[in-house]
Amino acid sequence: MAIKVNQEECIACGACLSVCPFGAIVMQDEKAYITEACTACGACVDTCPVEAILREEEDKVVAMDKSQYKDVWVYLEVGEGKLRNVGLELLGEGRKLADGMGQSLASVLIGHNVEGLAQDAFAAGSDKVYLVDAAELAQYNTDSYTATLFDLISNYKPSVILMGATNDGRDFGARVACRVGTGLTADCTGLGIDEATGFVSWTRPAFGGNIMATIICPEHRPQMGTVRPSVFKKPVLDYSKKGELIRVASKIKQEDMRTKLIDMIHVCTVSCNLEEAEIIVSGGRGMCKPENFSLVEDLANVLGASVGASRAAVDAGWKPALHQVGQTGKTVGPKIYFACGISGAIQHLAGMSSSDLVIAINKDPDAPIFKMADYGIVGDVLEVLPILTEEFKKIKSA
Amino acid sequence: MEILVCIKQVPDTAEVKIDPVTNTLIRQGVPSIVNPFDKNALEAALQLKDKHGGKVTVISMGPPQAKEALKECLAMGADKAILVSDRAFGGSDTLATSYTLAATIRKIGTYDLIFCGKQAIDGDTAQVGPEIAEHLGIAQITYVAKIEVNGDTVSVEREYEEGYGIIEGKLPLLISVVKSINEPRYPTIKGTMKANRAEIPVWTMADLDVDEQRLGLKGSPTQVRRIFTPPQRTEGVIIQKDTAWESVAVLIQKLSDAKII
Repeated sequence: MAIKVNQEECIACGACLSVCPFGAIVMQDEKAYITEACTACGACVDTCPVEAILREEEDKVVAMDKSQYKDVWVYLEVGEGKLRNVGLELLGEGRKLADGMGQSLASVLIGHNVEGLAQDAFAAGSDKVYLVDAAELAQYNTDSYTATLFDLISNYKPSVILMGATNDGRDFGARVACRVGTGLTADCTGLGIDEATGFVSWTRPAFGGNIMATIICPEHRPQMGTVRPSVFKKPVLDYSKKGELIRVASKIKQEDMRTKLIDMIHVCTVSCNLEEAEIIVSGGRGMCKPENFSLVEDLANVLGASVGASRAAVDAGWKPALHQVGQTGKTVGPKIYFACGISGAIQHLAGMSSSDLVIAINKDPDAPIFKMADYGIVGDVLEVLPILTEEFKKIKSA
Repeated sequence: MEILVCIKQVPDTAEVKIDPVTNTLIRQGVPSIVNPFDKNALEAALQLKDKHGGKVTVISMGPPQAKEALKECLAMGADKAILVSDRAFGGSDTLATSYTLAATIRKIGTYDLIFCGKQAIDGDTAQVGPEIAEHLGIAQITYVAKIEVNGDTVSVEREYEEGYGIIEGKLPLLISVVKSINEPRYPTIKGTMKANRAEIPVWTMADLDVDEQRLGLKGSPTQVRRIFTPPQRTEGVIIQKDTAWESVAVLIQKLSDAKII
């Protein structure tokens, strides 16, 4: 598939130039030309007033027998002996996709002594669980988890695989997709079924959240994607539900793993797991000095929230880098995001724009954060925060 | 030590603005920069070279103007730069891009370490690094915040959601780095002058041992179906009372009215 400009029809109006998100159209000698930056997204096709831009269908190169592939899979990530929330969230979404496609929903569970977690998967709506349980798989490892998931795909041929866009999910998701030779859509925030074709439509932010792209994987199977944690709701767990447990033997040997986890340093348990947090309280330059950050932490404690920080606060050494929210830090999507003394540079907004509700406190009424905020208090954050914390304490104890 | 660094020229997404009338991207005047994480990758490579000796080669796939980005890397201290550019590569998704870059690396031949930034700020996929490692059949460690090389053993701190993991591996290895690993150096005047004089070789499809069917749009399993600007947030409620007490009281009332608390 490629985009072509019919030069004879082009009237050099320039309408296509401004809609191209990739800057892939140039005007030369009064005609529009498509450059190699084109991704065939088609944004220009609908814009051209004289229909001079056409989408050319190329011969299908890959003749893959797609009919062999069926079922929707969710990879369940295990952390500290429990399922990470994102896996359960994806089972909720996976159920909708599977029902829409008239297929089954299956979970993939890899680890050691994790059989008990299959019950959670059934309770969250999984029809089947593929369990690969072995001592060699006790810790996540790129090589062993890639090989294990690849084997499952080769043997059972799923049509769709959803994974959490966690550090590990993004680490081996790409490797698995590459080994299979299929497409992987990263960091999705929306999932659906394309009405015309029945393919999964994956929607994701790009350009620092300035645009959204909907992506399909038409000719390759499985259709794979990683999905951002805490975008979707966890389904209600119903432990009366039962399913089919399929035990698959592990083929992994110790020498297959070329990297080795020597030690884990837990900097924090709950407070910096921002990706999965339901509430985040973040502090920025307006906190003025490191001691004042305790005001942010106090509010977070009362709300059971994680603590975030702007780049300015991290660069100043007030908080470790693991807490940084923004383009060069973490991308978060909590139910409620408190921005305390954060002006809201676009790099910060890119990291938190998918929050459901934003509450901002800043003394500058013109701070860009207020454009993003559902509720904003113009005032001194150092004065407002302690009062806010007290009020929430009262509400909680009431 | 032979070190390769993969870099991408990206639009500075912080400068991208949305036209409020048409709700489309305004790309005019948006500068092209070296992807910030890739600068951290280059800095990590340069620091290892400073310590252990060797050579740092920077590679990039992109349009001819990506040479500018490579020149900046040379000015920072890279020894060599190669641009991989061909219309046949246009429209590549991550699979086709990593395939092309892996073929480039095979042509270069020898390497001990390959560095990448954790992701590019325009696409944010974090996929090309791991996919290059897969095409080459070498091991990878992603989200690296600290690296030490001792003989053929590499020891790193890898970022996890809740902390860091100490991971060890053997050369050759592909490493993707996070921003906190270092502060990229600025180009020196001498470096910039040298970079300006440097000839950057451009390799095309014909230079690489590749299957044409796996390049560009043809070799890309994913297709962009639709691009749209996210709906703008509706105007929020701004509270500005005489005292902090009053403002908080109003906020609590509004949150409670909206049944948020």
